Amino acid sequence: MVEFINIALPKGRLGEKAYALFEQIGYGCPSILENNRKLIFENEDCGVRYFWAKPSDVSIYVERGAADIGIVGKDILLEYGSDVYELLDLGMGKCCMAVAGPKGMRIDSGRTLRVATKFPNIAREYYSKLSREIDIIKLNGSIEIAPLLNLSDVIVDIVETGTTLLENNLEKLEEIVSISARLISNKVSYKFKNRQIEDIVEKVKGLL
Amino acid sequence: MNMLNVSVNKDEETILRLCDLYERRGYMKYKMSKFEEYDFYMENKSFLQSKNILTFSDPSGKLMALKPDITLSIIKNIKDSEKEPEKVYYKENVYRVVKGGQEFREIMQMGLECIGDIDLYTMGEVICLAVRSLQTVSEQFILDVSHVGVTAALLDAAGLQDVARKKMTSSIGAKNSDEIRILCRQYEVDKALTESIVGLSGIYGSFKSAIEKAESYCVNDTMREAMRELKEVYRVLESMDCAENVNLDFSIVNDMDYYSGVIFQGFIKGIPVEVLYGGRYDNLLHRMDKKGQAIGFAVYLGQLEQYETEEKEFDVDVLIRYDEDDDPVKIAETADAALKLGRSVRVQKSSESSLRAKQYISVKDGSENLG
Repeated sequence: MVEFINIALPKGRLGEKAYALFEQIGYGCPSILENNRKLIFENEDCGVRYFWAKPSDVSIYVERGAADIGIVGKDILLEYGSDVYELLDLGMGKCCMAVAGPKGMRIDSGRTLRVATKFPNIAREYYSKLSREIDIIKLNGSIEIAPLLNLSDVIVDIVETGTTLLENNLEKLEEIVSISARLISNKVSYKFKNRQIEDIVEKVKGLL
Repeated sequence: MNMLNVSVNKDEETILRLCDLYERRGYMKYKMSKFEEYDFYMENKSFLQSKNILTFSDPSGKLMALKPDITLSIIKNIKDSEKEPEKVYYKENVYRVVKGGQEFREIMQMGLECIGDIDLYTMGEVICLAVRSLQTVSEQFILDVSHVGVTAALLDAAGLQDVARKKMTSSIGAKNSDEIRILCRQYEVDKALTESIVGLSGIYGSFKSAIEKAESYCVNDTMREAMRELKEVYRVLESMDCAENVNLDFSIVNDMDYYSGVIFQGFIKGIPVEVLYGGRYDNLLHRMDKKGQAIGFAVYLGQLEQYETEEKEFDVDVLIRYDEDDDPVKIAETADAALKLGRSVRVQKSSESSLRAKQYISVKDGSENLG
């Protein structure tokens, strides 16, 4: 009996790029490229099952064992503190977590800093190391407009090229940590499906 | 096993089997109260996996806590006699916030502790019982072993203390070799030591196949001594015929302030987190001003609830229906007839039922129809 390896891929460009890696090492699943609404795809021949998940949910699927391995951004791992094995840095989807604010802004250290972000835990940890008192405003998207509307003083968000910041008259003030995509594994799956998972990790490593 | 007509869940059955297993090896049941003074946990906070504690005031106004942990209470109450070891087991509910969860849960936990003079045989016995405990749940299990001495000595050699040590420990725990290398560069750890840390954290496999490789990463005598102890314990396990599913994994890093020596974690196929957790905790014992040495483990039975996949086909053997005009005596006789045949019986007036019965009869049909 084939034992399937369940792989959670983040919907979007990163997931597609990651799938291309798996395909190259012989874990392809042609049906995944068909344009339909299915979410789960199997290839019995190589014992692999893929599914698309919201990028921020991938680590949850893996941590709870619904997926054996997954591809996820370091930002998500840092934010949720997932208890998983982080087996490989894929070096793709590179960007950084940064503090940004209006161009030429001077941070007033005399009062509580208002920080808008999708990543409250990362922001809290960063500022607590600086012993800075902050007021976190958790948003779910379009973070860039928060300082423009005076909802916050700064934002903590992912910065890729900086174009969005530039267009909104914002700039990167401080870099918190660099981010890239990681191959993660559920801790228990890693033990019971060790041979298959190690095989995938070694082969992917060979491509990087 | 199940002679009574009671639906026994997998976890309830497991509890009975575990009690049997431990008592056969001469471990005494240890029963204690559900509460402990809150201060007691404050003094030992870092030993607790979850820092959240459910508290309440007792009638005299003293702040009390519902137990988040059992080991601490056992150590506190046990006599540390040098003559005789304490061998106990417990079955208690603990109250804590589970990893990643938001609310308090009541978790059934069983565990076993051995406090006294811990030699190789005793370590073997306790680890063997850990293996047998897992086996009680499923044949598809794994027990990972490690030795705190190995990792601690390596981090000492690398000069990693406090924050640096904490970061490194967490990267080792995640088998994150990229992060380990970054940290090593950041803290100026030399190349050979870096390779040892990366190598050790990446090792995974059956004890036999992995130990040699692990030994090659030893950089000092403390590490070699710890490896020797691991090998000796493994030899005892082999003699007890329970070494087969024992794997080596140095990425298990339980809190080094409390644990010392051999540590282990148990897993069951199909359950995504560890179900068993234990090791030598001499350091904890000494912190609580007790003499001697100790080893023990806990089994988290709450996890097994999800594991039970077989659904019962029927709720009851016979469902007996009666109408308004049926004689109560006749109803009772019909039910009695079924009971005498050893069936479980549900008697009810309405013919509609959400229960699934093997057989449906009405009182008018009479008990002759019982198959």
